[in-house]
Amino acid sequence: MIAAAFRGRQGSFALDATFEAPGSGVTALFGPSGCGKTTVLRCIAGLARLPEGRLTVNGETWQEGRHFVPPHRRAVGYVFQEASLFPHLSVRSNLTFGLRRAKGDRRIREEEVVALLGIAPLFERPTTMLSGGERQRVAIGRALLSQPQLLLMDEPLSALDRFSKDDILPYLERLHAALSIPVLYVSHDIAEVERLADTLVLMEAGRVRAAGPIAAMVSDPALPLIHMPQPAAVIDGHVVSTDARYGLSEVAVAGGRLIVPGDLGPPGARQRLRIPANDVSLGRNPPQDTTILNALPARIVGVEPAAGHQMTVRLALGPDGTGAALLARISRLSWDRLALEPGQIVVARLKAVALAEPPAVADAGGLRQP
Amino acid sequence: MSAGAPLFDAAMIQTILLTLKLAGITTVVLLLVGTPLAWVLARGRGFWNDVLGSLVSLPIVLPPTVLGFYLLIAMGPQSPLTAILGHKLSFTFTGLVVGSVVYSLPFVVNPIRNSFQAMGNRPWEVAATLRASPLDAFFTVALPLARPGILTGAIMGFAHTVGEFGVVLMIGGGIPGQTKVLSVTIFDYVETLQWGKAHILAGGMLAMSFAVILVMLLIERRLDGGRR
Repeated sequence: MIAAAFRGRQGSFALDATFEAPGSGVTALFGPSGCGKTTVLRCIAGLARLPEGRLTVNGETWQEGRHFVPPHRRAVGYVFQEASLFPHLSVRSNLTFGLRRAKGDRRIREEEVVALLGIAPLFERPTTMLSGGERQRVAIGRALLSQPQLLLMDEPLSALDRFSKDDILPYLERLHAALSIPVLYVSHDIAEVERLADTLVLMEAGRVRAAGPIAAMVSDPALPLIHMPQPAAVIDGHVVSTDARYGLSEVAVAGGRLIVPGDLGPPGARQRLRIPANDVSLGRNPPQDTTILNALPARIVGVEPAAGHQMTVRLALGPDGTGAALLARISRLSWDRLALEPGQIVVARLKAVALAEPPAVADAGGLRQP
Repeated sequence: MSAGAPLFDAAMIQTILLTLKLAGITTVVLLLVGTPLAWVLARGRGFWNDVLGSLVSLPIVLPPTVLGFYLLIAMGPQSPLTAILGHKLSFTFTGLVVGSVVYSLPFVVNPIRNSFQAMGNRPWEVAATLRASPLDAFFTVALPLARPGILTGAIMGFAHTVGEFGVVLMIGGGIPGQTKVLSVTIFDYVETLQWGKAHILAGGMLAMSFAVILVMLLIERRLDGGRR
């Protein structure tokens, strides 16, 4: 459990951020550039110090009043925007820089990290001969091996081109699955956040606008996420079965089951699904003679106006409407013709259900394993 | 040129060795004193940091005789320093080392300071988040990254000390074997019309200075190339 409160000025910038993050999983600090996300992260690492700060990590107080633990005594791993490998050290020495200085027992072992991030082939090369994605992988491994209680990542993908991003995202997901330590992840890219985060801390102009589980946050009408040009629902589920013949998996989510392309792993495997509102249409009756695989009953919870005579309909899956939140973007005309209104049970037709991956990756089809 | 007299005599050898000894010791002291000082100046902020920086750079603009004059007073019989040490430093080899360190300080501190500044804050922050204490990070990250600056500083300090004249003359006089260094010797030769010997020493200095600058340029190019 991380409890943070930072208040003060850094130059002309005023920060007043208070939030809590769970002691496991990925918490994303999300907001537009210049909203203070990075400053918050630097305060947590102890690289910046605001006089009015309070920070407790796993019951240990790192800052309160005049008490301030210096950065090298805080068990954090910090991944900067640029990999910032030490140019005078080899890849291997970079990797073990923190490991050699870590106190206490070493829960995160070098072989594990090297395997997880696929670093072994890079050992022989000088740091200057690595690609952007490779450098960042070494930097992540280096941070992990310093045996942190908390991993801080400051837009680790933003300095990378799309190619390198695609290269590194799967590693981050594996990390998420394999690690028990909490991760604070700063990003201004909602697709990244929807793919990786469990908890979302929404920041605006130096303040925390809201914080909570990501699935609830993306469909909350009081928050700006649902009003973005292309909102999407984030739904967590687990694999029920896979059908190799058709290359499909069945994933159980709260309020129903979805058929998802790809072999998503053994039954019970956790999967994050991202369903763009534009891919969901609504009907009053179950569809007949259609190629759409997923048609589920859902209850209309509310409706928000959207640009271009469209509406974003908030839904809850399940015949009783108590399941996972779903979003549908439909035209105002359809809304009126079907005489839809909140409280009604409708049938949501899902044109595409995909693993939560950013559109760029989904378009390329590169990450969907056969 | 007086016929029969050897061009290289014992006095000349003594002068050359003394000069190399002075420059060597001075360079070592300069690196030990100058590197931490450069670090403080590179990391520091505010008015007093600028004051300190100006003091360090003063010997660049100050006439050597002025610097020598004040050093002479500070090391002379009446000075508090002499009272503390129990003996005066002026006209001794130790005094010469102290004077040379002050005189060559900016030529060592400034390149190292630039190196520290050029590396920026990031490696320092990375080291801290990887559990390196400030002292640890200074030796394992900051110093290795500042290597080009330290090398430049060392060469500049050495060459500059070999070449100093005004300060040495003021605080050292010209005691053979103790304070009579190259530049003073050349001056003596010229004054006593021993042009041949003056030529040898002056030519040697010219060749050495050129070699130093050339080698420095080559090293810098090498280190630059290696980083890309």
